Amino acid sequence: MRLFTLGWHFFRVGAMNELQYRANFFVQLFQSLLALVTGLVGLALVFDHTTDLAGWSRPELLAVMGVHILMGGLIRATIQPNMERLMGDIQSGTLDFALTRPADAQMLISIREVRIWQFVDVLMGLVVLGYAANNLKGTVGILQVTAFIAALLIGAVMIYCFWLILTTGAFWVIRMEQVVELFQGLYQAGRWPVGIYPDWLRTGLTFLVPVAFAVTVPAEALSNRLNIETLLLAFGIMVGLLVFSRWFWKVGVRNYSGASA
Amino acid sequence: MKDLASLYLGLMRISILEQLQYRVANYFYMIGMVTEPVVYLVVWTTIAHAQGGEVAGYTESQLAAYYIIWTLVRNMNIVFTPYGWEWRIRQGQLSDMLTRPIHPLHYDLGYFAGWKFVVILMWLPIAAVLTWLFKPALNPGWLEIGAFFLAIWGAYLVRSMWQWALGLISFWTTRVGAFFELYFTIELLLSGRLVPLALLPGWARQIADFLPFQYAFGFPIETLVGNMTPQQLITGLAMQVFWITFGLLVVLLVWKAAVRRYSAVGG
Repeated sequence: MRLFTLGWHFFRVGAMNELQYRANFFVQLFQSLLALVTGLVGLALVFDHTTDLAGWSRPELLAVMGVHILMGGLIRATIQPNMERLMGDIQSGTLDFALTRPADAQMLISIREVRIWQFVDVLMGLVVLGYAANNLKGTVGILQVTAFIAALLIGAVMIYCFWLILTTGAFWVIRMEQVVELFQGLYQAGRWPVGIYPDWLRTGLTFLVPVAFAVTVPAEALSNRLNIETLLLAFGIMVGLLVFSRWFWKVGVRNYSGASA
Repeated sequence: MKDLASLYLGLMRISILEQLQYRVANYFYMIGMVTEPVVYLVVWTTIAHAQGGEVAGYTESQLAAYYIIWTLVRNMNIVFTPYGWEWRIRQGQLSDMLTRPIHPLHYDLGYFAGWKFVVILMWLPIAAVLTWLFKPALNPGWLEIGAFFLAIWGAYLVRSMWQWALGLISFWTTRVGAFFELYFTIELLLSGRLVPLALLPGWARQIADFLPFQYAFGFPIETLVGNMTPQQLITGLAMQVFWITFGLLVVLLVWKAAVRRYSAVGG
């Protein structure tokens, strides 16, 4: 319960802060539109030369793109800014201020930052998804939507765990800014269904970097390709990742000596 | 001239020593970057495969060659980012640069050129892994290899000039982000970075011919992959020289105006 009140307060402060810079909304909107156009051009080029990509039709791929944009926006609005701040705090030693607070440190470092303008991408993703869902062959009913939301949440939690594990590495390595580039690079692979990739890459994108669960699985839920086993597997892996990242974080904190120590 | 050469050598040595310290960071960066061409490669080989092994004249193994060479060319054309100018101006770095007797362009060119040696060295194992994974078809002659060597440095200079010119806009306005994004999107689509230019519709290729982008991306790749005639190789290299010179002129002109404006603001 406390998590939610605290989270709400941080969100409010963060939002108020950013609302001072309204022009940034238009900058973000412009950037999102550009990214959308690039994605659509990519799709158009593909379907200029073929009628389906490894069994995925055009609306289905559009759905994948929609989820990719939506999830990307969610990550950049909530997960990434917190992890970047954590990296900075570890580097400069200011993490002391978070650790000494009377709340769970992992919780605190995960909700301190929010970039509300990035939610533009979440909306944009929803629009693309809505358009795609309209053109999908099968019906998109209440069951598909429920499975989609469940898959989306599971995927988001997995991405959070993945980021936390990587960022915790900063306790030992210190210089971790490149992790952002690394993640953004790998996340691009999610624009297409992971099924098209060769085995080694598909495995990597499923279990090392959970892009498959974050993007492809929700898109599968929407286009009626998902079975319950996959969803349960995703849930199981999510729980495993949560436990592991928590443990790893604790080890990291124990390893942290602070700025003044 | 001799002074300038020793300045370049010095800058390159500094950047090589500096960048060699951050091997892990450099590798993370490169691995993140390699995903991009791998994604394109997989998408287009999937299509080529479904079409019976070829798409727009590119076989699967030629596509593999294209996107593997892509990774080196991409690394070669990382130059001082236009986003960096805002920071330079705000942090007062610029005043420092202005007091020196040599044009600041030299510092960026020298520093990034040195970095390239580290990048090429670190790229070799990545290229080996990609080659093993994707089995590219590549059998260039000596002429092509020679042209490629010149073309990657040409690409470095083409992109350096135009990125520099672009960055100088920061002297006039602070809201440059959106404009840069637009520039990079056009570059992505019309340079051969997203797809080989041959895969674009004809009208798009015609537009691309009037822009410098393909000479920093598609052309150097094609020198090795594209079975170009000696005539085409020379024309391409000449076009690089043209775009470098043109870019340099723009940089010098805009820089003059920019500095005048800067001192006007600084009082």
